Amino acid sequence: MSIDLSTADVERVAALAHLELTDEEKQLFTRQLADILHYAEQIQALDTAGVPATAHVNPTEHERDDTLLPSLAVEEAIASAPDAAPDAGLFRVPRVIGG
Amino acid sequence: MTTALDVSAIEVRDEIAAGRISAVEVCRAALDRASTINGELHAFNLVASEHALSRAAEIDRQRAAGQPLGPLAGVPVALKDNLCVRNMRTTASSRILETYVPPYTATAVERLEAAGAVIIGKTNCDEFAMGSSNENSAFGPVRNPWLRDRTPGGSSGGSAVAVAGQCAPIALGSDTGGSIRQPASFCGVVGLKPTYGRVSRYGLLAFASSLDQIGPFTRTVADAALTLGIIAGADSRDATSAETAVPDYAASLTGDIRGLRIGVPRAFVSEGVDPLVKSAFDAALATLQTLGATLVDIELPHARYAIPVYYLVCTAEASSNLARYDGVRYGYRAASAREHGLREMYSRTRDEGFGAEVKRRIVLGTYVLSAGYYDAFYLKALQVRTLMRRDYDSAFERVDVVAMPTSPIPPFKLGEKTDDPLQMYLADIFTVSANLVGLPGISIPCGFADDLPIGFQLLGRPFDEQTVLRAADAFERVTRWHSMKPPLNAV
Repeated sequence: MSIDLSTADVERVAALAHLELTDEEKQLFTRQLADILHYAEQIQALDTAGVPATAHVNPTEHERDDTLLPSLAVEEAIASAPDAAPDAGLFRVPRVIGG
Repeated sequence: MTTALDVSAIEVRDEIAAGRISAVEVCRAALDRASTINGELHAFNLVASEHALSRAAEIDRQRAAGQPLGPLAGVPVALKDNLCVRNMRTTASSRILETYVPPYTATAVERLEAAGAVIIGKTNCDEFAMGSSNENSAFGPVRNPWLRDRTPGGSSGGSAVAVAGQCAPIALGSDTGGSIRQPASFCGVVGLKPTYGRVSRYGLLAFASSLDQIGPFTRTVADAALTLGIIAGADSRDATSAETAVPDYAASLTGDIRGLRIGVPRAFVSEGVDPLVKSAFDAALATLQTLGATLVDIELPHARYAIPVYYLVCTAEASSNLARYDGVRYGYRAASAREHGLREMYSRTRDEGFGAEVKRRIVLGTYVLSAGYYDAFYLKALQVRTLMRRDYDSAFERVDVVAMPTSPIPPFKLGEKTDDPLQMYLADIFTVSANLVGLPGISIPCGFADDLPIGFQLLGRPFDEQTVLRAADAFERVTRWHSMKPPLNAV
């Protein structure tokens, strides 16, 4: 697979990641990410047929009992929020629909 | 008062326990030192004077009351600013967390405090631990104490400088691709990355969860062994923390490495290594040989692919981990967002809150996970990761540790690599493998390139920190590099 990264690709991926980039950032990242991906393409020459993936080096399953433990009080959980509604114990966000 | 900090953590602890100096006196000296060097070196994001002095006073009260003292009673410790401490601002050197005050404390920090450590502050780092030079901090770079126009390394540069600059004999950092070992090498101190799973990651702001590991910076190997013994061990709050028993690391420091087999990947370390780094590394190997170790040539055929594999894996994981910073529950929210919709608020907050390198990595990681590229990049990288792991498995059938330089180059100039991310990434060639494979690694000082420190690293089998520490300690006993101090007399 040969990399031909366009500014539109960067725009599309940035949108998936909820990142609004400036035009300057889009230009810069397109060039820099193309360089990085081109360099990374060297791994595609390796024969990995039948080789399992290592997503995690320590795959031991740790299961614990599903017991209720103390958790953060609501007022602590919302204390660092940029826009909290302390009386209701909620995080406030801009409107979700109708925008 | 500098003399109170011109010693190891073990010596500070013993002086306090013997009543020759109080914990409060040590603490004041550490805070003064931190504030003094901060103007020039910018190692700290926060000097927590009030918190530290009240903890130190508590240690003094415990001693006066004849209560048993912990193994770090009164010892000043600095923390990388991506480790959460309840009610202490924790920013990851990011605008997006500039005002964040965590309601909980990281397990590693809890364990240090339970051992009597006095947390003196939070150290500057690359934003979300993404970087190799500390220049990605939203609050400005850290400077190398040995030469001010050089980087201290990254991402845990502030922690390395806090120890090199004698603010504290111990600092914690995090190492995702070399972020403890490389700054340790650049600042002339000891840096230990434990085996993946050895130390709980609970309370560490996540960058790449299959690679991140917390570890200590110290000036001696014995202090690193002491610290590891305190922070290591299973934790029900981190399902990836290992149940493997924590041995007595201090007991493994026998000074005897006769018969130890040290693997040297000759082909891998012959390319692109600065001649001064190469000669310091060769001299270190010769020293280990005179102590009775045997050098064994090994092959790590897939080590040359470590950089692409690492940057595909870590950015993929980062793109997922950093999705939580959305301007809703904590941290920064773009000011103009109220009248716009939720989606605009997310994307503006993230554009304004994250720095360039973090955004670059989120975009790259999202790209390699996206439809059409997942198999060719992300999955392929995970398969090569398996091949790298097999390389080490077969090497460790023949050797006990593997030695290589920590960084291929001495500390470089601030600004030298900021325009070219790929060049910056390539400097991580010797450190990233340990994270991909999950091995323990230590960087210890082994020489100088002109006036700049050079370190080399020893990697061990998973959960065999003991052998790594024993070899590093034996080396330290017969060399003086670790006792060299940066020229800070003027400050």
